[in-house]
Amino acid sequence: MMKLSLGPILWFWSKQSVIDFYARAAEWPVDTIYLGEVVCSRRRELKPDDWLDLARDLKACGKNVVLSTLTLIESEADLRRLRRFCEQDEFLVEANDQSALQVAIRNHIPFITGPSMNIYNTATLKILAKQGLQGWNLPVELGKDTLAQLIKELDQEGLDLPAEVFSWGFLPLAWSSRCFTARHYNLPKDNCEFRCLEHPDGMELRSRESQELFRLNGISTLSGSRYDLMRELPDMARMGVSTVRLSPEHQGMDEVVRRFDQVRRGEAPETDPLALVEAPPCNGYWYGKPGMDLVGE
Amino acid sequence: MELVCPAGSLPALKTAVDNGADAVYLGFRDSTNARQFAGLNFNDKRAAEGIEYAHAKGSRVFCAINTYPQPDGWEQWKGAVDRAAAIGVDAIILADMGLLDYAANKYPHIARHLSVQGSATSHEALAFYKDNFDIRRAVLPRVLSIDQVRGVAKHSPVELEVFAFGSLCIMAEGRCYLSSYLTDESPNTRGACSPAKAVRWQETPQGLESRLNDVLIDRYGPGENAGYPTLCKGRFEVEGSVYHAIEEPVSLNTMDLLPELQELGISAVKIEGRQRSPSYIADVARTWRRALDQLGAHPGMFTVAPEWRNTLSGLSEGGLTTIGAYHRKWK
Repeated sequence: MMKLSLGPILWFWSKQSVIDFYARAAEWPVDTIYLGEVVCSRRRELKPDDWLDLARDLKACGKNVVLSTLTLIESEADLRRLRRFCEQDEFLVEANDQSALQVAIRNHIPFITGPSMNIYNTATLKILAKQGLQGWNLPVELGKDTLAQLIKELDQEGLDLPAEVFSWGFLPLAWSSRCFTARHYNLPKDNCEFRCLEHPDGMELRSRESQELFRLNGISTLSGSRYDLMRELPDMARMGVSTVRLSPEHQGMDEVVRRFDQVRRGEAPETDPLALVEAPPCNGYWYGKPGMDLVGE
Repeated sequence: MELVCPAGSLPALKTAVDNGADAVYLGFRDSTNARQFAGLNFNDKRAAEGIEYAHAKGSRVFCAINTYPQPDGWEQWKGAVDRAAAIGVDAIILADMGLLDYAANKYPHIARHLSVQGSATSHEALAFYKDNFDIRRAVLPRVLSIDQVRGVAKHSPVELEVFAFGSLCIMAEGRCYLSSYLTDESPNTRGACSPAKAVRWQETPQGLESRLNDVLIDRYGPGENAGYPTLCKGRFEVEGSVYHAIEEPVSLNTMDLLPELQELGISAVKIEGRQRSPSYIADVARTWRRALDQLGAHPGMFTVAPEWRNTLSGLSEGGLTTIGAYHRKWK
């Protein structure tokens, strides 16, 4: 049976909200939980030690815990925080950029790669496999045809590298040195007043025809539609996908996890509507189409 | 500091060389490079002619193979590395780890430069590419401030090249999937951002509209300058206000920073724009050549001449330039 994972929280939530969220998540049928700040170096409601404490608590609850690193590393301070995660050997690390790869490899810490690492072919996976790669996430813009070929080639190479797929949530699409939330409030990034705290699911960016295009979330830009591969789960299982990643939201997450759990067990999901932040669904990337497209409705 | 200029065609290459480029970079006529435009780029014969021309005049030629091959493209991309080696380029600009590994093993004598699409933003990331693929040089993303460039340069195990002039990407390059979210092509997969095939212009009673795969990117009133609908440079609505929510259509110009870049030991400055015309390349190359020559002749006394500034402003998107993220406040 495929595993379920909870990806790192992409939004900026208060420390108490984060702790409450994971207290609930400890009871959910997810196998793996990714912890850590992956978006903005100014988001420090939880310090590295807080994340490690949380990791130990969740491990004690039987969860497989992975520590996720910041996606865009820009300064020595970012590297110092990165080293706290990539120089410990208690937990597996999710490397979200090549700085994390380098530090983990140098310290012989096993790692997996997150969806923002550019893994487009088997040659790349082979290079990393020699240096401690334990699993990998498919980049969000790739679809089932490429994934099927990669899994087949890995099999031919005799490499056991479990593949994980971002399967539910707003897709992380870009990272910048600019903060779009601060820009919206006409604040400099260095004095942003932590306005992201007011937007626990980002800020909607719409076209002038009110089409939901993106969600602004600090320095990151996410999809305006919610990626949803629930109906594709049987396909993923047949293909040999190891783990299905769900991306945390502050509302209704317990229900989302429960339904994915039902589907991976071959049960029919409940059909009553979820109490979620409203957003249109999309699945285009999976089918090799523009990411915002919805195939098969 | 070297001046590295773009060449989207043989006339552009010759123009760049004639106007003082120390090196030019080009790509093949397919999606193996990050400027896949119709009618642009080189076949092997033209590239070989370009290399001969450049070498005769003491300039070098780099070949960009800086998109990411998927399994069904692997042979084609590998073939592009073989072709670059066969025609005698001086360096190959690569981003994908698999291809870097292939080039390092098969052609160890040809220099490997890490493309900006390789997204290395720290000296640790550069060390990863140095240790694994023995790269000689890396092109830094345009997201770093000058202080951050200083931090990277201080511990960098490789030569550094930074962007000097041209279009401004404000997202970390090589990890931006915005284009493939709205269309089916991205810089990583197809070497295209906001591809021309998906662009539609339409006069409407509300004004001139630019669309990308039917998504309204911008709408221009009378007298407003309309720009190419690069999706991050459109006007959008966020919480009731309509504005350039991601980025204004401006160009990058770092000429004011040349003394600092020199002091940091930056090896080369790069001009963006393989999609530009030979006359554009001539003006930009000539202007930057003069600036670099003045910097070399009178270090410590460098000033940007008003005519250089005017020339570059006239060639910029919307007539506006910025030093981009190099200036911390911009962020």
